[in-house]
Amino acid sequence: MNTPTLDSASLLAVWTAIALYVLAFTAYSIDLARRAGASQPRTAELVGARAGGGDRPVSQLDEPDPLRLPPQLRPRAFWARLGTAFTALGLLFHLAGTVTRGVAAARVPWSNMYEFALTGTTLVIAVYLVVLRRYDLRFLGSFIVGMVALLLGGATLAFYVDVVPLMDPLKSIWLVIHVFVASLATALFAIACGLSVTQLIQARRERTSIRPSDARPGAFPSADTLEALAYRFAIVGFIFWTFTLIAGAIWANESWGRYWGFDTKEVWTFVIWVLYAGYIHARATRGWRGTRSAWLSIIGFAAVLFNFTIVNLFFKGLHAYSGLS
Amino acid sequence: MSRSPSEPTMTDPARPGDHVDATPSTTPAAFGWRGWLRWGWRQLTSMRTALLLLVLLATAAVPGSIFPQRSADPNGVAAYFRNNPGIAPVLDGLQMFDLYSSAWFSAIYLLLFLSLIGCVIPRIRHHARALRSRPPRTPRNLGRLDQHLVDEHEFTEPAAARDAADRSIDAAERVLKDRGYRVERYSTAGSDSVSAERGYLRETGNLVFHVALVGVLVAVLVGSGNAYTGQRVIVEGTSFVNTLSDYSSFSPGRFVDDGELAPYSLTLDRFDVTYEAPGTPAAGQAGNFAAQLMVRDTPTAEPRTATVRVNAPIDVRGDRIYLLGNGYAPTITVRGADGTVIYREMQPFLPQDSMMTSLGTIKIPDGLPEQVGLVGFLYPTQDALASGAYTSVYPALVNPVVTFNVFAGDLGIDDGTPRSVYSLDTSGMTQLTGGDSGAASIELRPGETADLPNGWGTVTFEDMKVEGAPESVLRFASLQVQRDAGATWVLGFAVLATLGLITALLVPRRRIWVKCSLVEPTTVRTEFAALARGEDPSLGRALSDIQSRHHAALTSQTPTQGAS
Repeated sequence: MNTPTLDSASLLAVWTAIALYVLAFTAYSIDLARRAGASQPRTAELVGARAGGGDRPVSQLDEPDPLRLPPQLRPRAFWARLGTAFTALGLLFHLAGTVTRGVAAARVPWSNMYEFALTGTTLVIAVYLVVLRRYDLRFLGSFIVGMVALLLGGATLAFYVDVVPLMDPLKSIWLVIHVFVASLATALFAIACGLSVTQLIQARRERTSIRPSDARPGAFPSADTLEALAYRFAIVGFIFWTFTLIAGAIWANESWGRYWGFDTKEVWTFVIWVLYAGYIHARATRGWRGTRSAWLSIIGFAAVLFNFTIVNLFFKGLHAYSGLS
Repeated sequence: MSRSPSEPTMTDPARPGDHVDATPSTTPAAFGWRGWLRWGWRQLTSMRTALLLLVLLATAAVPGSIFPQRSADPNGVAAYFRNNPGIAPVLDGLQMFDLYSSAWFSAIYLLLFLSLIGCVIPRIRHHARALRSRPPRTPRNLGRLDQHLVDEHEFTEPAAARDAADRSIDAAERVLKDRGYRVERYSTAGSDSVSAERGYLRETGNLVFHVALVGVLVAVLVGSGNAYTGQRVIVEGTSFVNTLSDYSSFSPGRFVDDGELAPYSLTLDRFDVTYEAPGTPAAGQAGNFAAQLMVRDTPTAEPRTATVRVNAPIDVRGDRIYLLGNGYAPTITVRGADGTVIYREMQPFLPQDSMMTSLGTIKIPDGLPEQVGLVGFLYPTQDALASGAYTSVYPALVNPVVTFNVFAGDLGIDDGTPRSVYSLDTSGMTQLTGGDSGAASIELRPGETADLPNGWGTVTFEDMKVEGAPESVLRFASLQVQRDAGATWVLGFAVLATLGLITALLVPRRRIWVKCSLVEPTTVRTEFAALARGEDPSLGRALSDIQSRHHAALTSQTPTQGAS
């Protein structure tokens, strides 16, 4: 098949994926609404299998962490399962669209804004689904899938460009490494941000509820649990982001003859790095753990999105590879 | 032994007073200047200050992406001054155009690094001691710890039970040691226990990360003082010698002696480029740039060939040579009225768009009745717009045309003011052709000659194919010469920082205790307890892993004994 045929097949797959994500978003949202109505976590029928002892209250030890349940033991919520099924099916089309685009262009499919959005959102969903096997994060489904549907749809409408050969500055092994790791970090930050938003909602609920049982009506885990999980995603994202920064500097040194020049994109990559460094410090600072540090995680991800959209489109700089004129 | 298990011990990392893992300081309020100094230092090295400075640094860096910076975009700064004459001087006063070397930005990052150093030094001292100390005593009540597991085994004989208890604690010590724990045995009246700790690497990584960041900063500052960068445009067939006078522009670091440049020379044999064919989605897109150079490492050395490409600089005597840009350099000859050659140059014309419409100027100070300046446009593939204006529709030399507007008067170079060779200040000059002058612009194809106004002489657009060149117009390459020995150090420290970061964030620091006691004369109770120091999501799994390994060690040792 020739390039235009493959590329239109890719576009068709991408639009199919977007439609499936919208369905998944709907299902997940119905699930969230139903959770809010339920009064107790639906894990009561499960028996704690761990050995207990000591003078601790038994219940504290035996209650399994609902987040860490293996998939087969999770509550069989119909709408959540439907949401995950649509998401997985969407990912198949999404992945097919991304790979086909790469084949059509005969290079890695992340060389302009449209392709970066395509690959970046594929990774967000893939990371979400992989993580789902370990943690029951289906309450995040609405946020993740909704965001991806918006980003992918928006990118396809606004940023789509025909397949063109690579510009000379992009012909480098660092395109493969630097940009891919950057989108992986973005995917992890997205999940961390979703968890932080949920944490804020849950913390507010815990603060305002009269009876403790009202605070956890089966919808979300406790704010502390959400925070610990958000932190874990953010630190792995931060490590990848550090790598992105260094790989970018190495590439800049090969391409532009300096490793750092305060180009607008470099500035924003640095700003994001410092914001997440601040988040990690905030998590370890008395008085900042909890709600305040969650805001830093959200601001950090907002900066990531700003860096990708506004900085690419409206700021003058050397990273002029959007492919848009 | 009434200590709570989470009370700090010698092996805990030292932390600023407001760290979540630190015990609040109980030092009484001090008086006098020493007390204030100590208070001030504690504030500067606290977590809250570090956090504030980080957020401040992130915020302060943002305007540098909004306003053009002199270091990255000097033309943008000049344009900003032209377009916003009111606000530009005010912003300049705030050092907004040199933000990253400004006093206030430097103040933020220097304070941040001071805070970092002040925080890290006592922690290094403490950690060095902690590395040599032993795991802390076993808490009396292990049931109060984060994770707690119990095995109980009954025996028929008290002697067998005592024997089993001894074997159990020995096995626990071995298992923990094998798993990389640092272990210490403790005995009390009713029980034997092993106290074990692992993950000292977490704090080591944390400290390495912070120290390496200081290393990055120092390497950047020292490196930039010893670095230099210069640009030079070379036309095909011409040479560049690495001396200060041969550069188009040169910016040395503070400590660079520009008389000490290595005297190598570069000759541009040929410049290669390909363009996407017309009719394709990216028609005219240029690529596969390659500057084919002849390099002489010393004036007497044998020449060698080298190719500079984008993303692939070459190394000449420690300097890195980069390919930054390229364009056309038409050969223009100007003759006087009597036919003598007054001017003949291959003048680089700067590309103005992706189709290589290029702009250049030619200055003739002597030889004609007045000083003359020519402002020329080169259209590699000339076509006319509906308005009649010329444009280039393809970047290769399909239908090359040069047009000249002729200016006469004062070139403004007699008083020694440095002028760019690429632009003409027409303020002291009269336009003789093109524009509002009434006379048509001079228009030439390769090999053609036209008369200058007033019968002053002629101008010729030479066809270089006549002289054996592959195309009618020669090309030029714009090269950047860069030396920055500090870059390797920066990279080294950055890699070290990353390794430290990965260790600091992902290696879990944990304590495990195994305690064996006889609850009845014939019943052995083995307790396993674990305590996280810092983030440790897999603590529970680690403890049950130790438990099952302990179980396996006991069974393999005495396959027939012990029943639960």
